[in-house]
Amino acid sequence: MLKINNLHVKLEDEDKQILKGLTLEVPAGEVHAIMGPNGSGKSTLSYVLSGRDGYEVTDGSATLDGESLLDMEPEERAAAGLFLAFQYPVEIPGVGNMTFLRTAVNAQRKARGEAELTAGEFLKVVRAKAAELQISPDMLKRPVNVGFSGGEKKRNEILQMAMLEPRMCIMDETDSGLDVDAMRLVSEGVNALRSEGRSFLVITHYQRLLNHIKPDVVHIMSNGRIIKSGGPELALEVEENGYGDLLAEAG
Amino acid sequence: MTDITDLDVREGVDRETVETVQNMGSYKYGWNTEIEMDYAPKGVNEDIVRLISKKNQEPEWMTEWRLEAYRRWVTMTEPKWAMLNYPEIDYQDQYYYARPKSMEEKPKSLDDVDPKLLATYDKLGIPLREQMILAGVEGAEDAPAEGRRVAVDAVFDSVSLGTTFKDELAKAGVIFCSISEAIREHPELVRKYLGSVVPQSDNYFATLNSAVFSDGSFVYIPPGVKCPMELSTYFRINAENTGQFERTLIIADKGAHVSYLEGCTAPKRDTTQLHAAVVELVILEDAEIKYSTVQNWFPGDENGKGGIYNFVTKRADCRGDRAKVMWTQVETGSAITWKYPSCILRGNESQGEFYSIAIANNWQQADTGTKMIHLGKNTRSRIVSKGISAGQAQNTYRGLVTMHPRATNSRNYTQCDSLLIGDKCGAHTVPYIEVKNSSSRVEHEATTSKVDDDQLFYCRSRGMDEEEAVALVVNGFCREVLQALPMEFAMEAQALVAISLEGSVG
Ligand SMILES: Nc1ncnc2c1ncn2[C@@H]1O[C@H](COP(=O)(O)OP(=O)(O)O)[C@@H](O)[C@H]1O
Ligand SMILES: [Mg+2]
Repeated sequence: MLKINNLHVKLEDEDKQILKGLTLEVPAGEVHAIMGPNGSGKSTLSYVLSGRDGYEVTDGSATLDGESLLDMEPEERAAAGLFLAFQYPVEIPGVGNMTFLRTAVNAQRKARGEAELTAGEFLKVVRAKAAELQISPDMLKRPVNVGFSGGEKKRNEILQMAMLEPRMCIMDETDSGLDVDAMRLVSEGVNALRSEGRSFLVITHYQRLLNHIKPDVVHIMSNGRIIKSGGPELALEVEENGYGDLLAEAG
Repeated sequence: MTDITDLDVREGVDRETVETVQNMGSYKYGWNTEIEMDYAPKGVNEDIVRLISKKNQEPEWMTEWRLEAYRRWVTMTEPKWAMLNYPEIDYQDQYYYARPKSMEEKPKSLDDVDPKLLATYDKLGIPLREQMILAGVEGAEDAPAEGRRVAVDAVFDSVSLGTTFKDELAKAGVIFCSISEAIREHPELVRKYLGSVVPQSDNYFATLNSAVFSDGSFVYIPPGVKCPMELSTYFRINAENTGQFERTLIIADKGAHVSYLEGCTAPKRDTTQLHAAVVELVILEDAEIKYSTVQNWFPGDENGKGGIYNFVTKRADCRGDRAKVMWTQVETGSAITWKYPSCILRGNESQGEFYSIAIANNWQQADTGTKMIHLGKNTRSRIVSKGISAGQAQNTYRGLVTMHPRATNSRNYTQCDSLLIGDKCGAHTVPYIEVKNSSSRVEHEATTSKVDDDQLFYCRSRGMDEEEAVALVVNGFCREVLQALPMEFAMEAQALVAISLEGSVG
């Protein structure tokens, strides 16, 4: 599904290299986790994959089902099935959450040559999915993320994911700032989406999310590279000993 | 045989393609109607003023009123204080009167109506049933109305083609007709109120309008009557090199209520065209007028060629106690906009509101705002202005709030937000505030911001293209004003925001 090879990325208007030869592959149907100290480039990776401005790819490649992501506009990547749950979801004053969702869903359908959903069809689906995530009708009406609590913002990201039904889901620290109940809701939401044709790349600091969303592979990232990959036990090791030994081992 | 069929099919496809492409272009209403017109000779002078008056079969007092205005106008000079740059206007190089030939005599049946006029309004999205009446067919009013009921006065170049729902409105005592008809049929009302809010000598453009206005709408709502449907005027400039000078007069008598909508479009032309309208609202005790405009005159092309020069004087006089007026405007069109819908809050406890969205893209220039003149005690006013600038456009909010000595315990609140898209455009805020008593309060808040890259990226990462993302964010920015519009208008305005901003990014 997602193949990243030797990816080198620097900031566009600063001479600062952030990703330094990152290689990673997430096969279809698998859940991979990325853990790593602050500042190692995890968010940068997620932004570069989804096409945010401000970065320059100096080497390497990233493909989704063989198609180069890096040549596409952000909306083309979305239509191709890539989704990023933001670490810091953005507020859009004056734009109703529901309007935003419907515009997004229909934009993707249009891009894929599918018929747009009518207001009625859309409403039915969104109500059901919102209820599962305990998102109130009021939250659907309010402007996108404006005045939402941290947990509400993260649940709203998962709602968008559920509505857009992407094939490749990247979640950037979706668990930070969530209490136990919200964590359970978000995990259930994600687990409900797990399927053969859908993959996840879960960026997190904490092992506890991985108790709910069981990863197939855990990658440790540091200083712009994957320094170690392994099974779920790697996350437990980090939880117990921190990154010290792993970093030392990698030199 | 097959060749001919093929050709037909191909032609059909081509026409459809052409239309689709036209509709995709940034200005949807840029087509013109090929129709035979009667023109008055080019230019303006006393003879032309007399001719317009004669064409409208006006009484002598009206001709004199016009001539008085004309004689005044020749002594005046065009105002230059607005932040607008445009080449000298040659007032003698345009037509002041243009009328479809077929309108010389009012058509009596559908067979007599010029199908091209019918098609024009159909294409502009005005429903067929109304359209039949618009085109001046008598007897069509009994057909069942579909959807919402909005009475329409359709002004095509210099003449009103007709108004709909006249009989039903008449039953409620409401007079809704073209101003030319009102001058003939209701002279007592017209003489009493015309020029009483915007005097003949008010300003250069209003004075010109007083001399040469050709048509427009007239509304009178009698005491205590809540108008049973929304009223609207649809202005269409079609003829080339023709100025449009319409005049609207609305009177809400004591305790009356009315909501009025105004829409305008014009074909795409290389040359600029002048539009100088005057709107007067008279609001008596406990009466209320809600006046909404979606101004979508041709804004000129992406290189700044052509477009409408829009110089408009709109003013409401809250003459009675507790009178209320609400101006809502969505200004997306015109190459030049010079427009300050104002409220004179004369009655005690009278209220004025002004909600505005002004979008300037490409080479458009807008200098618009409002005046709130507080004269009565305990008067209230509220101003919410949202200016959006893109391309090379310049967008100025110019507003005046005055609290006169007698206007004790009065309040104004002004919120003025500007949004910039790109770095070649400009936004300017010019508030004038005069408070001449100690118990009144004026609050002014202003913000200027750039359209936020993170917001755009967030939208795009969800699948919207850049223009869709900008339109969504801008619609959010304008929400407060969009909400002040009647439902159907709000949807149209929302779509218009998106269309006006096409090509503003990337
Ligand atoms: N736009 C930016 N300007 C300056 N520094 C940046 C920018 N984006 C990322 N960085 C830097 O790049 C490094 C990686 O950041 P980030 O990808 O956010 O790491 P992580 O998500 O792993 O904590 C950090 O040192 C961060 O300060
Ligand atoms: Mg991060």
